Amino acid sequence: MWGFIYVLPWLIGFIFFFFVPLISSLRFSLSKVEANSGGIIVNFIGFKNYVEALTVHTSFNRILTESITNMVVNVPLIVIFSLFLAVLLNQKFVGRTLARAIFFLPVILASGVIMALDSTSLVQAVNDSNAGSPIVSGLRSFELSMMMEDAGVSESIINYLTGAVDRIYQIVSQSGVQILIFLAGIQTISPQLYEASKMEGATGYEAFWKITFPMVSPLILVNVVYTIIDSFSRNAMTDLIKETGFTTFNFGLSSAMAWIYFLAVSLILLISSYLISRKVFYYD
Amino acid sequence: MIRTRMVSIGGWLLARLLSLQSWKRGLWSLVRLGLIVGLSFVIIYPILQKIATAIKDKTDLYSPIVIWVPEHYTWDNFKQAIRIMDYWTTLGHTFTLSAMTTVLTAISCAFAGYGFARLKFKGSNLLFVGVILTILVPPTTILIPVYLNLKDLNLLNTQWPFILTSLTANSMKAGLYIFIFRQFFRGIPKEVEEAAYIDGAGVSKTFGRIMLPNALPAIVTVLLFAFVWQWNDSFYTTTYLTTSKVMSIQLSSLPYNLGIMLSDGVSSRADPFYQSMVLDTGMLLAIVPLILIYIFVQRYFVESVERTGIVG
Repeated sequence: MWGFIYVLPWLIGFIFFFFVPLISSLRFSLSKVEANSGGIIVNFIGFKNYVEALTVHTSFNRILTESITNMVVNVPLIVIFSLFLAVLLNQKFVGRTLARAIFFLPVILASGVIMALDSTSLVQAVNDSNAGSPIVSGLRSFELSMMMEDAGVSESIINYLTGAVDRIYQIVSQSGVQILIFLAGIQTISPQLYEASKMEGATGYEAFWKITFPMVSPLILVNVVYTIIDSFSRNAMTDLIKETGFTTFNFGLSSAMAWIYFLAVSLILLISSYLISRKVFYYD
Repeated sequence: MIRTRMVSIGGWLLARLLSLQSWKRGLWSLVRLGLIVGLSFVIIYPILQKIATAIKDKTDLYSPIVIWVPEHYTWDNFKQAIRIMDYWTTLGHTFTLSAMTTVLTAISCAFAGYGFARLKFKGSNLLFVGVILTILVPPTTILIPVYLNLKDLNLLNTQWPFILTSLTANSMKAGLYIFIFRQFFRGIPKEVEEAAYIDGAGVSKTFGRIMLPNALPAIVTVLLFAFVWQWNDSFYTTTYLTTSKVMSIQLSSLPYNLGIMLSDGVSSRADPFYQSMVLDTGMLLAIVPLILIYIFVQRYFVESVERTGIVG
């Protein structure tokens, strides 16, 4: 009884700001929506909007595949990177508090407009070319890829990794919350496990793979889901959907796009959580 | 004789091994230092660059010898950016909006989270699936119907959309906050609550006096997240508020405004590099309040998240 009262505000909001809009968005996506001064007229037209988005619209397919590939490419990188950094930030060293403060800074800075405007800064570009940093960065990943090629790593993997090196800012700035989650997870592991493994003669490397990794593996799933959700707010798809809705006022088409996007994303979420949850180790 | 010799060789070998160990450790801390310093630099670099750009004079922009440290210092960029963004008004508006939604969201999400965690009722698990759904569905999917509803009610361009959604725990990323609160409340031992009930406290008293004070880490986390994300958000603000002076709108329309307001002649367009310079200054001005807040709560925040139930 009390539970219902506590949940009630949320429930009201859920119905009016989520559930009803969700249903009407589905209805819009299946209809031709015309807005005029008197209000909106909704005529059912079946799947025409979906067909239009997928076959007629000039850039929808390209942007959809781009944002999906970006997601698929970035998510593993961000998750691995943030796990690595969380392990690093968990070790004891001088200035750890400062280092942690800096690494969580992107949680604050890399969201919304600032991120969007950052990429368009002219002064930054000019400065970079003045400072000669393109040469440096070119050199950096070039050397790296030569080294790996000599070591016999396949070319696609090299490209993936060097691409990651070149996009290091993007990756670092998107992994703030994930580092936080992993760090919190690592700190819940009982120190006795590490002590015991040390007595048995395990190296730090072994301790990571046999203790840390299995113990935080449930959080990998959490972080994958979070990273995917987080990418909603900063991709081209969101912009396209918004533009179609609010600049050209094609509400039907825009809703159809949003639903296709939603379905694609939930497919990825389903597949990845299925794959990961098979490997996850649960302590209890 | 031989035995003592063997012992001394053994000791020497042991010492050698130990030094190898310590070498390894030393090398690792060096690598770690390099990695941490390097990555910290990557994070701080844009901020440093913005500061360097903001205090530069216009003439330094084309000087080939100026990259970081300017030759002529000036506050001119700040003055321009403050004038064009109408900074102080904007700051006030944004602060009120963010603070209001943050507090309301935290309160309503704490209630909902507690309800889902401890006060189970018929169908509460089903409703919690609804919370998960609000996290997973991209906000763009429901944007248009919500927009049309608000338009019918004439609530656009007011602060009501923000008040209503945060009052009902359905504002931006509210599902996540409910999740955090629920996990945290689940982590508090049941005995604490039972003791309160036995002592005769009602549900609301137990919640207000016992559970909420215990949930301080979760509250701090949610407050900071909600405030920062609302401050930076351009998705909802550009939809709900088209004319109000809010930081994220001012920022996203700053490039356009600069084009108009910085041009000095009738036909001449403003110098794009100079525009970009003022734009950088504007961004710096927009994030300065956040950085100030972060510096103060940072320590508490980092500690608290570690104890929050995000980890589940």
